[in-house]
Amino acid sequence: MRLEARLEPSRAMMVAAPLLAVAATLAAGGLLFAALGFDPLAALFTFFVSPLGDLTGVSEWLLKATPLALIAIGLALGFRGNVWNIGAEGQLTMGAVAAGGTALALYEASGFWVLPLVLTAGVLGGAAYAALPAVLRTRFHANEILTSLMLNYVAILVLAWLVHGPWRSPEGYNFPETRMFTDAALLPALIEGTRLHVGALFVPVVALVVWAVLSRSFLGFQIKVIGLTPAAGSYAGFSPNRVIWFSLLVGGGLAGLAGAMEVCGPIGQLVPSVSPGYGYTAIIAAFLGRSHPLGIVLAALLLALTYLGGDAAQIALAVPLAVIQVFQGMILFFLLAADVLIRYRVRFSARVQTGGTR
Amino acid sequence: MSDAELLTLSAILAAMVRAATPLVFAALGELVTERAGVLNLGIEGMMLIGAVAAFAVAHADGGILLSIAAGAAAGMAIAALFAVLALGLRANQVACGLALSLFGVGLSAFLGKGLIGTPIEALPALPLPGLSRIPVIGKALFDHDILVYLSVLAAPAIHLFLFRSRAGLILRAVGENHDAAHAIGYAVLRVRLLAVLFGGAMAGLGGAYLSLTYTPMWVENMAAGRGWIALALVVFATWRPARALLGAYLFGGVTILQLHAQNWGVGVPSQILAMLPYVATIVVLVAISRDESKIKLNAPACLGKVFHSGR
Repeated sequence: MRLEARLEPSRAMMVAAPLLAVAATLAAGGLLFAALGFDPLAALFTFFVSPLGDLTGVSEWLLKATPLALIAIGLALGFRGNVWNIGAEGQLTMGAVAAGGTALALYEASGFWVLPLVLTAGVLGGAAYAALPAVLRTRFHANEILTSLMLNYVAILVLAWLVHGPWRSPEGYNFPETRMFTDAALLPALIEGTRLHVGALFVPVVALVVWAVLSRSFLGFQIKVIGLTPAAGSYAGFSPNRVIWFSLLVGGGLAGLAGAMEVCGPIGQLVPSVSPGYGYTAIIAAFLGRSHPLGIVLAALLLALTYLGGDAAQIALAVPLAVIQVFQGMILFFLLAADVLIRYRVRFSARVQTGGTR
Repeated sequence: MSDAELLTLSAILAAMVRAATPLVFAALGELVTERAGVLNLGIEGMMLIGAVAAFAVAHADGGILLSIAAGAAAGMAIAALFAVLALGLRANQVACGLALSLFGVGLSAFLGKGLIGTPIEALPALPLPGLSRIPVIGKALFDHDILVYLSVLAAPAIHLFLFRSRAGLILRAVGENHDAAHAIGYAVLRVRLLAVLFGGAMAGLGGAYLSLTYTPMWVENMAAGRGWIALALVVFATWRPARALLGAYLFGGVTILQLHAQNWGVGVPSQILAMLPYVATIVVLVAISRDESKIKLNAPACLGKVFHSGR
């Protein structure tokens, strides 16, 4: 068996690879459950189907897909231009901090303008935090993978300090949490009786706008060129620094918005942990969705399901909650493996003409 | 200084050595991997897998050597997964490394669930005869367990291998120019596979040190970013083993200073102090990257590039 380069990347395989990866993940997941002594089909049913059995399940599913999709759409902009922002978890956290701080500052205020202001603060908080790796990269050539990742740890400590210290609720019995936000700062429910909020409506809007920028604007073209062949980009006079700034600010802003919507939505206050790793899972969503907004929305839905499935499996099968990350990691591994089919053909022939001896 | 103060100083130095040791292992392993032209961002995942495997064996009374070997073997096994994708299937190395880190965090937490909260006996200290009796430094430097000594010896050994041996020359040639190395007849992918496996084993040892001696317990996500700090250390070291060792000890110092500052009751909240190692990583990275030519001259020229012999 050997790999033979295709003349052109296969478009069919671009679409087929994620599907292959999901199928392989299901198979491997079944094996994992079987190894743990469960009936694999029943366990997979518990994991992937049972959580969506009622309206609550479906609303929780969309609730979790919302931050994933928003963050991944932003990250994908950068991945297309070879800007590796791994700091979405920190940008989400800083967005939550900025939004939460604004909501607490406006504790006495009421009015329709409070919520937009709080969400805007979240966007700006996330974008400002993403500006740090952008400055360090464009001005000092520091690798943005490492700087943005280090800033994740810093952001979580900032949040921890705030809720343990200056912002701790005066009536919270010393628990590390802020006051609950007032109604003026909370996102209204989209479906009454569920936690799904109107913030979910941002997803189609953002997806559409980013799609338009990517495929219909000169800036989108520059991002693609610089991502594919940096040399061609610089001959054409495109500025790599502009792409770095743009993708980090937009990515950070969207992650910040996601963080703001978490604390103004299902959580309703600042607590030490505002995200179950959405910033990292969104990286997988961006890959799985082929850096295309529509693909990312579908990928976010699939990955959101792993969170629900992990909860369900923990309750029904008593497996550790970390099964979520195991499934998410498997999806990404299988996807990267399947991606080989885009650029190469698998040949099973005997050694007629191997590359090395030509 | 009084005797008590000298004793404290000695204890602080010893703690610094302990804090540095996992970084020494991980950074030296990654350094060899990168010298062969492969960028493996999965250190964090490999360390965690190594940590949980070593702890599981120690917990089952497997003995010291077997626990250590389990950590190295587990790190190596998960690195093999990376090698299959990044070398065999020619996938993007950055993406594969990220996948390895994310997967390693999840898998180690999954496998280690039943081990949480069960303490084990830390690796025994092996005081070096004579040397450990030197005042202050003796206790600080020469009264540690076998992994600490191993990590310190690894730096000169790797230096000799890379710069004084034929195999090391081949490994560097593969990292600098894989097409030329291939044309001369070296098996580029085999060399890289071995380098990746070595990096995995070293990261696994770093993880094993965390769960066997440093804590000694299994705690979910106990690497706490050390794998990523190790990556920055390789850049800081401009791909030289001795500097990686030095860098790791500097970071050990920063970690211990912030812990002690918390104990001494400095008027700074503990969360702010805990940021120090991460902020220091960024500062160090910026300081070394500012001069672009420094990185360009020192980084292996084919770092992160996909090799395809059939071109």
